[in-house]
Amino acid sequence: MISSDALIETIFSGFAVGAKYALIALGFVIVFKATKVLNFAQASFVLLGGFFCWQLAASWGLNFYLALVLSMIGGALLGVLIEQTLLRRLLGEPPFALIMLTVGILYVLDNLTTAIWGPENRDLRDPWGSRTLDLGGVNLAVADIWTICFAAVALVAFYLFFRYTSIGLSMRVAADDHEAAVAVGINARTVHRVSWALAGALGALTGVMLASGAGSVGPGLGLIALVAFPAMILGGLESPLGAVIGGLTIGMAQQLTALLQPEYAPWLGTGFDRVAPYVIMVAILLIRPYGLFGEREVRRI
Amino acid sequence: MSSLLTRVRPRKAGRPHRNMTLTRADDLRVLRGPWRKAFAVLLLVTYLVVPLQFTDATLGVWILVASYSIGAIGLNLLIGYTGQVSIGHAAFVAVGAFTVSALGDQRGWPFLSYLAAAIVFGLLVGFLIGPFALRLRGNYLAIVTIGLVFVAEHVLRNWKDVSTPVRGTAPTRGANISIGPLDFKAGLDLGGTVYTREQSLFWLTWALVALAALLAHNIARSRSGRAMQAVRDHDLSAEVIGVDPVRTKIGVFAVSSAMAAAGGVVYAMTLGAVDYHELTGGRGLFMSITFLAIVILGGLGTVYGSILGAILVVYSQRFIADHGADTPIIGFPVQQEWMSTGELNSVLFGLLIIVFLLLEPRGLAALWMRVRRWFESWPFSY
Repeated sequence: MISSDALIETIFSGFAVGAKYALIALGFVIVFKATKVLNFAQASFVLLGGFFCWQLAASWGLNFYLALVLSMIGGALLGVLIEQTLLRRLLGEPPFALIMLTVGILYVLDNLTTAIWGPENRDLRDPWGSRTLDLGGVNLAVADIWTICFAAVALVAFYLFFRYTSIGLSMRVAADDHEAAVAVGINARTVHRVSWALAGALGALTGVMLASGAGSVGPGLGLIALVAFPAMILGGLESPLGAVIGGLTIGMAQQLTALLQPEYAPWLGTGFDRVAPYVIMVAILLIRPYGLFGEREVRRI
Repeated sequence: MSSLLTRVRPRKAGRPHRNMTLTRADDLRVLRGPWRKAFAVLLLVTYLVVPLQFTDATLGVWILVASYSIGAIGLNLLIGYTGQVSIGHAAFVAVGAFTVSALGDQRGWPFLSYLAAAIVFGLLVGFLIGPFALRLRGNYLAIVTIGLVFVAEHVLRNWKDVSTPVRGTAPTRGANISIGPLDFKAGLDLGGTVYTREQSLFWLTWALVALAALLAHNIARSRSGRAMQAVRDHDLSAEVIGVDPVRTKIGVFAVSSAMAAAGGVVYAMTLGAVDYHELTGGRGLFMSITFLAIVILGGLGTVYGSILGAILVVYSQRFIADHGADTPIIGFPVQQEWMSTGELNSVLFGLLIIVFLLLEPRGLAALWMRVRRWFESWPFSY
């Protein structure tokens, strides 16, 4: 039998995992909304963000929060660099070519990272460590609490940015109707550049969050980002709100499956929690083929 | 187009240009014109002579290229001709590879039987996956198929009788590879001359590639192929003019995964044992991406493009793996112990994809097409 304390702890850690997935998914969604590119290189932003922060904080001894901000800036610059030098040249080519280009970038960046920093896992030495907060039998990881706070701040900041700034407005317009946006004088290049910068910064933030607490900085960070695909697609590719809800759903479902499935449904086999996100994704997509909040494509003949 | 033209011969002397097609039958011929016939003969001669000229190690790479080619041709039917993106192709390759182990090695089935069984299993799995394509479109379908490699990993991790039956591995080296009196595994014995295993397998596997290519070409130029292309261009319009989307989409998924399973059989021939960690899960995702790279770099919607892509991608990967440390330019970082060969390989693979896409986003087939156009319209090549 599973105690209620364990259940509460699991729900809380599910919330934290979900927040990380939501941040990754948001990075995917921002680029997809603005440029219609399914960006595999988001995984490299996550990986490099983790390593930047480790280099600055653990290796050079900078203040951790300063290192976090600097690695987010680094991620943003990297995103702009990739957009300016590579993605821009292929605009208007078939979408497969663009997806494949981001896969190529993923290969290069991931392996260069391993080549520079080496394949071993290392401790980020974040101020939270593996400390826990004891609330009468329920132990909550401090890093998880901070992750949820950071994710919440990032999400609110994004909401305000899209709602109240002029560049946010032009990004929404460009996502809605690209040609009309260009016709009324919105600079599509700026929109693309800003969306890649935001995706890079978000990726770096996620990388640091994934590596903090019980996690570590290593080549595995990139793969976690690829596992977040179900979170992105569940909410709908065009919907930032969907990314958040999808991320939370998937994170929660994964942690709860890990806790409950060995006890109640052992016939599903060992390690079922690793495929649970995909099973949930397929089930929801079969009912709603454009995700929970995705835009239903209007099609003409 | 050309079926509308009637056969009008010029009254006076002179014949139409050799590339002028007058009837639909002309359009559909596989070997049209003298150049193509000559090229086919050249290919046949190459096919027969290559195993005599190269070392067994090189031929081993070519057998691997053959396995990737068969799988890529299947994927091209799906992506290039029907427009349904799949990033789960490695899961179907795993179906074929583990059939070799379970039936060929463990139960001692003859080659043709387990090959047929692998193809049937591939068809069945494709039938199961096909219906997703009816409900999901574009990127959504692509992401759902990523789930396939992880589900396949879960199934194989728990189905130990298939994934790790003998001391934690799924052996394939015991599987028999012979057709009638021709034993490819021990090496062909033709009129007293004994050939090595690699030479024999080269002939066998590239014959299978030719079969797969012919099959794909025939599907593409038949009624089903036109239905597939109509679905790719606009599936709603295709439905309106009478193309059955259920039949077309499920059918192409089944055929594509059957070809992947056949590719998996050939893939298993190159190894002594198959490991589910290589074919499914995270590594399986990368293998699926390799297939995607082959199809896109080769050229979407052309059969020969898939083969060219497989040669480019697999051969360059193996070339770097084998020679990464010898050549002065590439070898530099490896000797400094700054970067392992595997990492160098992946970086160069990524760079290959990037540079190639920047120069020719439509792949090798487009490059070839440009060369061919130039010659076909010679001497007015402008």
